[in-house]
Amino acid sequence: MAQQVVAITEQQGGKWHRMSWEALAAAQQIASELSRPVEAVVLGHDMERLAAEVAAKGVARVWSLDDPLLVPYTPDAFCLALEQFVAAQQPYLIVLPHTYQVRDFAPRLAAQLGSSLLSDCIGCRMEGGELIFTRQLFQGRMNADLSFEGPPPYFVSVQAGGFSADDVKKGDAPAPVERFAVRLEASQIRTHAQEPFQEAKRTVDLAQAEIIIAAGRGIKEQEHLALIQKLADALGGEVGGSRPICDNGWLPMERQIGSSGQTVAPKLYIGVGISGAIQHLVGMKGSRTVVAINKDPHAPIFEVADYGIVGNLFDVVPALIDEIGKARSG
Amino acid sequence: MKIIVCVKQVPARDFPLRLNDDASWIRESDLSYEMNEPDAYALEAALQLKEKHGGEVVVLSAGPPRVQQVIREALAKGADRAIHIECDLEPLLGTDRVARMMAEAIRREGFDVVLTGLQSEDLGLGQTGVILAELLNVPHATIIMEVQVEEQRLRVKQELEAGWFQWVEMSLPALLTIQSGINKLRYATLMGIKKAKTKELRRLTPAELEATAPVSGGTRQRLHRLYVPVRNKKTEFIEGGPQEAAARLVERLRTQARIL
Ligand SMILES: Cc1cc2nc3c(=O)[nH]c(=O)nc-3n(C[C@H](O)[C@H](O)[C@H](O)COP(=O)(O)OP(=O)(O)OC[C@H]3O[C@@H](n4cnc5c(N)ncnc54)[C@H](O)[C@@H]3O)c2cc1C
Ligand SMILES: Nc1ncnc2c1ncn2[C@@H]1O[C@H](COP(=O)(O)O)[C@@H](O)[C@H]1O
Repeated sequence: MAQQVVAITEQQGGKWHRMSWEALAAAQQIASELSRPVEAVVLGHDMERLAAEVAAKGVARVWSLDDPLLVPYTPDAFCLALEQFVAAQQPYLIVLPHTYQVRDFAPRLAAQLGSSLLSDCIGCRMEGGELIFTRQLFQGRMNADLSFEGPPPYFVSVQAGGFSADDVKKGDAPAPVERFAVRLEASQIRTHAQEPFQEAKRTVDLAQAEIIIAAGRGIKEQEHLALIQKLADALGGEVGGSRPICDNGWLPMERQIGSSGQTVAPKLYIGVGISGAIQHLVGMKGSRTVVAINKDPHAPIFEVADYGIVGNLFDVVPALIDEIGKARSG
Repeated sequence: MKIIVCVKQVPARDFPLRLNDDASWIRESDLSYEMNEPDAYALEAALQLKEKHGGEVVVLSAGPPRVQQVIREALAKGADRAIHIECDLEPLLGTDRVARMMAEAIRREGFDVVLTGLQSEDLGLGQTGVILAELLNVPHATIIMEVQVEEQRLRVKQELEAGWFQWVEMSLPALLTIQSGINKLRYATLMGIKKAKTKELRRLTPAELEATAPVSGGTRQRLHRLYVPVRNKKTEFIEGGPQEAAARLVERLRTQARIL
């Protein structure tokens, strides 16, 4: 019985999802702690080049689950293919990147196999011979240490940035690529996806902005956006927002920063009344200087901030506009 | 069309969280509760589907007696009746048991569409809807931003990463997990609140549900410890009153970050 740790990679149309490498780094780290072999899976169709790329990393084997019915992605086809793979290979632990696609199929796959998925994990370690995983609760305001009980296979998905792609170890020699034959029929696929598209009508490209003032739910009312705009004007920057601000229609979608919006990397990002949920952070943590203004000293946004002001934004922002004015004229 | 919408009660966002004495969970007596945000959008989507296509909206919530607060809110907004699975939630981080009970309640009820939120704000698992789809053996789609129904088919707009979307089609019955922002939420009217009091609220117990849907003997997760995250980053917290702090920040932006 094989008892390997398996990393599931993600790609689309021959292009890697960059979180694939974070999942592989996690799998390598866990496998070495457990002294178990690590293997990787690629799913899709016609993936010779991709499989070879993974085989160059420090893995014992690459499994290619290759079938025309795996393109485009559907949860049914992915669940069936991986269920067959897991049943045949009996891995100990399966590590996935916590992408939208994985969120879409992995809970179903784990349930199908009577197992459990530990989703959105941010780290792991050995403690007294036990493998302990950490994940966030309450939108990043608490952490929890968890372990699995009961028979493997275990499923873990890792949060963006939880592990670093730079930590992926290369192999001494290319690993063997083995094809795992999946049995799929078109009639088993119950959902049908059309071509992905982007909402047209772009009037602003936040990705190009040098200074961004981002407003969060802490601003409370739409009319208070004017205050944020004033701060942006004082600095010559653009206004962006967290998702709830755009959901409310207070700002257009194209000004939403985060995993489902824009990824920005300005010289200066100021988050005002933003808590710092991971889906927001992934969109702005490449900013050079990050300032956070929040009344809660424990808000997760401070984890990525260079400068923090703990206070009521309705007092701090007007003062800031005032001081910027003084500095500009002085 | 019969729509079941799963609504979870979660701690209100603006409340400080404190650990209980043995750090096994948060101190509940400190908290006030509200409807999980994506679930409020799922409820609104359900009500709009009913208004367009007719049928019935049934609310389902699992949790201790306090969750009747969000059930009443859903009934006041226009749901027709409710099912409350009365159980404790806190130690059940492995989702499976709650999902199994919910699936059994839904199966008994029968449905065309099940709607859930994409993620709960307290546990943040992002799994319950997808697990329900598996247990109910129906197709599903996650992170949905628009729902259209034609004949016995669903056409839904699924959010992908980084501002991309795609349309997905499937036949009914099916399960969708709804993303915040899919629609504009309504408020409960006084009339609605009054009427809610007369609507049916059925209570189910774990014992009843698990008599026909056995608890899985499979893999679970165990919670070892809950703690406030330790910050790694050395954020410079700028002290002082608003004006003073603002002046110091501007100074830093000028001399250290070289922005102004
Ligand atoms: C699949 C998925 C995709 C998502 N995509 C995105 C995305 O692309 N972008 C995004 O932003 N979110 C996204 N989210 C939502 C995300 O999880 C959070 O819910 C959201 O970012 C929270 O927004 P917020 O920080 O504005 O609000 P909250 O979390 O409510 O935070 C408000 C903050 O304001 C502070 N505050 C309140 N009043 C004041 C005051 N007077 N002065 C100072 N501070 C105050 C509070 O302390 C709090 O920290 C996504 C979620 C999911 C599940
Ligand atoms: N106890 C519960 N009662 C009702 N619905 C729930 C419950 N737990 C989870 N859900 C539903 O499942 C969704 C996802 O929750 P989670 O898997 O915890 O992130 C939520 O948005 C709810 O719609």
